[in-house]
Amino acid sequence: MAYFLGLLAALVAFWFGNSGHYKPLMLGFGSVSVLLTMILAYRLDIIDREGAPYVRLPQLIKYYPWLAVEVVKSNWVVIRACLRAELDITPTLTKVKTVCRSDLARVTFANSITMTPGTVTVEIEGDKLLVHGLYESGTEPEGFFEMDKRCAAACDPKEAR
Amino acid sequence: MTAAALIAILIGMGLLLVRALLGPTLYDRILAVNAIGTKTVLVIGLLGYVMGRPDFLDIAMIYTLINFVTTIAILKFFRYRSFQVPLARRIDPAKEAE
Amino acid sequence: MADFLANLGSFWEILRHPLGGAACLAGGLLIIISSIGVLRFPDFYTRLHAASVTDTSGAALVLIGMALMAPNWLVLVKLLCIFIFLFLTSPTSSHALANAAHVAGLQPRIGPVGAANPEDKT
Repeated sequence: MAYFLGLLAALVAFWFGNSGHYKPLMLGFGSVSVLLTMILAYRLDIIDREGAPYVRLPQLIKYYPWLAVEVVKSNWVVIRACLRAELDITPTLTKVKTVCRSDLARVTFANSITMTPGTVTVEIEGDKLLVHGLYESGTEPEGFFEMDKRCAAACDPKEAR
Repeated sequence: MTAAALIAILIGMGLLLVRALLGPTLYDRILAVNAIGTKTVLVIGLLGYVMGRPDFLDIAMIYTLINFVTTIAILKFFRYRSFQVPLARRIDPAKEAE
Repeated sequence: MADFLANLGSFWEILRHPLGGAACLAGGLLIIISSIGVLRFPDFYTRLHAASVTDTSGAALVLIGMALMAPNWLVLVKLLCIFIFLFLTSPTSSHALANAAHVAGLQPRIGPVGAANPEDKT
């Protein structure tokens, strides 16, 4: 029920943010479309903990600014590699073990690795990730420990840790 | 200055088009098309600012989602050679029995 | 105090358009750089890294520039929506690309490339 109300609030906020018209006719159309979307989501059976992750929003808001700083730092390395007169990259593949338990935490961790330029998650098998990196020095498994810990803190439920 | 940024993005799109035409493998071409789609979103948004009415952002928002769905659909087609395969999570029968 | 705040507001009104234009231009330059990277790098997996520069910093700078020039708050909300969609979908699609290439059997090129590798003068 709480997830249901969360989805309703998010959809109403989305409609108000995007329309800009507040006549009664337009409000009626908006409520009809919100209702249709709710019925569709119910029939798809996606109103569960993963479909509406609003409970962990405060921790996620704490996590993403840290990720933004990391992204800017690794951007600089890749931009320099693009503009060198001679290419001097050493592509590598490494296996990284993660401590994340839930699916949401693993997805967030793999997404963060892919989002930082210079490293891409190629495959996920259980709790092992295959990572392709542009430089050998930036792709050691030790380098991902802090991101891994922060992802687990942001997304895993308390009892799973 | 906005117009200069628009021209810069268009130059980037041209360079990626060269990669899409040259690309030795299929995946290089899909990568180039996906990156061109991301740039198209930015071009639509900036075009609204250059023309003085930022109402095109709705179209840009829809284009973001369509670009994602297109990439996934192309990849799915070239992996299974069909759109009919369900993309559901594989359920382990041993775990299901417990 | 109120006087000072009003002054600050009008100063910001004048300043935000050049700032937004500069951010858009910087984003455009980053996009050109990453396109050059996509053209130069030797194999598919390394090209993926160059393309992700566009998806993160280039798009973020252009969107921040557009947000600084926004005429009203509706435009701001739409830009925020584009930002969230772009940053959730672009890593997912690049992971899908890498995974599809890996499953199809495309081998990445491992080891030094270019100046660090003596037998590789192209």
